[in-house]
Amino acid sequence: MLAYAAKRLGLSVVIVSVAMALLFCMIYLIPGDPASVALGPRASEAMKEALRVRMGLDQPVWTQFWNFYSSAWRGDFGNEVLSGRPVIEVVLQQLPYTLALIVGGITWSVGLGIPLGCWAAVKRGSFADRVVGVLSVAVIAVPSFVVAIYALLIFAVSLRWLPAIGAGEPGHLGDQLIHLILPSLAVGLGWVGYIARMVRASMLEVLEAPHIRTARAFGLPDALVTYRYALTIAILPTVTLLGIGIGQMLSSAVFAEIVFARPGVGRLVYDAILTRNFPVVTGAVLVTTAFFVLVNLIADLVIGALDPRVRSSF
Amino acid sequence: MGQVRRVLREPLGAFGLALVVLVVVMSIFAGLLTQYDPAGLSPRDRFLDPSTTHLLGTDQLGRDLFSRVLFGGRIALYVALVSTAISLAAGIVLGLIAGYGPRWLDNVMILLFDALKSFPTVMLALALVTLTGPSLTAVMVVVIIVNVPGYARIIRTQTIALKSSEFVMAAQSMGASTARILRVHILPNVIGPIVILASMDIPVVIAIEAGMSFLGLGVRPPTPSWGSILNDGFANIRETPWIAIAGGLPIIVTTLGFTFLGETLRDIFDPRLKGR
Repeated sequence: MLAYAAKRLGLSVVIVSVAMALLFCMIYLIPGDPASVALGPRASEAMKEALRVRMGLDQPVWTQFWNFYSSAWRGDFGNEVLSGRPVIEVVLQQLPYTLALIVGGITWSVGLGIPLGCWAAVKRGSFADRVVGVLSVAVIAVPSFVVAIYALLIFAVSLRWLPAIGAGEPGHLGDQLIHLILPSLAVGLGWVGYIARMVRASMLEVLEAPHIRTARAFGLPDALVTYRYALTIAILPTVTLLGIGIGQMLSSAVFAEIVFARPGVGRLVYDAILTRNFPVVTGAVLVTTAFFVLVNLIADLVIGALDPRVRSSF
Repeated sequence: MGQVRRVLREPLGAFGLALVVLVVVMSIFAGLLTQYDPAGLSPRDRFLDPSTTHLLGTDQLGRDLFSRVLFGGRIALYVALVSTAISLAAGIVLGLIAGYGPRWLDNVMILLFDALKSFPTVMLALALVTLTGPSLTAVMVVVIIVNVPGYARIIRTQTIALKSSEFVMAAQSMGASTARILRVHILPNVIGPIVILASMDIPVVIAIEAGMSFLGLGVRPPTPSWGSILNDGFANIRETPWIAIAGGLPIIVTTLGFTFLGETLRDIFDPRLKGR
């Protein structure tokens, strides 16, 4: 297990550093330079040149690359253009809000997806199974920002059941949770579908397994066999699926934070674009990317700990 | 024709196909289906309720929403088809190189693909669009960057599997060039599943375009896009909810249609891919 963990950790570090290099290349190759972006269209050539020198953009590309790379590894993504605060501080301050949103999304998707998938597998071939199948595909297809807008329209504007904007009173947990319901639904709804399908498929496989047949032959109650013996094995792939899901939820969170006017990394990046605060944008991209890689690492380690076959095939 | 009949025999496939045909026909014949200019301002007709003259009402600038939805469909389909086709072509070429080329090149390329896939899509899109400024081209570049690694990985895996098969070795021993082996012996065997998978990504691409336009980072005004209609609706959601409904509905219809159709096609042509 230790060797597997070390190898997997090494791979994650390599992937993050390659991602950093790729981001640098994309920024460098794409037309438009950060200095002009920061100063806006009306800046004079002299002002742009001065900022370029200050940002180190006048130096040879290899020096620029090295500066970007070495400071990024130290967690230094530069300073905000307006306030001069370190970018990493600004991003980390907003990260908990986005994490709360993603945990909410996972709660929705696991809370609805696992029971639905399990139910569909038990009732295989029935009308209920068909309905769950179609619904799963449907919620996967519809983009999260449309879910966000329609949820806002139905539950906040028309019915007035839930608050429309903000993250709730600071320090007041109940209020914060109520403010989390709709945004996290928008983030998690699509994953209800993915998880329901995955659990159904793996449940069907497990229900055919010899140990389940043995349990049945021993005359154990159906519910015990299904939920205790089969489901505990069938939900394992969900861990890997959620590892990938969190990356997409990070994207959905951008929309949910804007639609429901919540603080968070997505909101931060969006505002940074409008104020042309480029260092914040790159900083947020790198922090969220590293976070996503970390989550996948944890998911793989969990699976590796639970399933020896994964360890040996790596 | 046999395949079309098989799709139609599946209720979900038939429904999906009907939605897709509806969207495509309405986008192509947008000019005939409405008398209003999608960008035509009419300050006197602001925020009109849906009626027989304006089927979906009008927005904050008095523009007819039905015609904006119709012409927005052209943008969505254009972006989806062009960027999917380019990603597919690039993914196939890169996947063949990684799969058939030397081991070290394969390792390097896999690392690059994995690194590209580790960026959260919208975050990467936001970073790139900040530099280039909002445009459809920028959206398409993002879609291509996001899609290519996935396609290339699948092609690579299949190419590696075929590389040591007997018919490829036979071709090698008869002195066929690498280009010929890839074109004649490997490509036809790997292209089927990837085309189906790519067609299933069309709704995802449509969602990315609409999402970027929703954030004001895709099409430039006054060009109509479903995302920008949704954004207008979001700004006026308390007073005039139908604008948001008009922007969201075509996105739902299109993504559902393509997804139902894609799932059915996949089950018919390649049952091995089921559940992907």
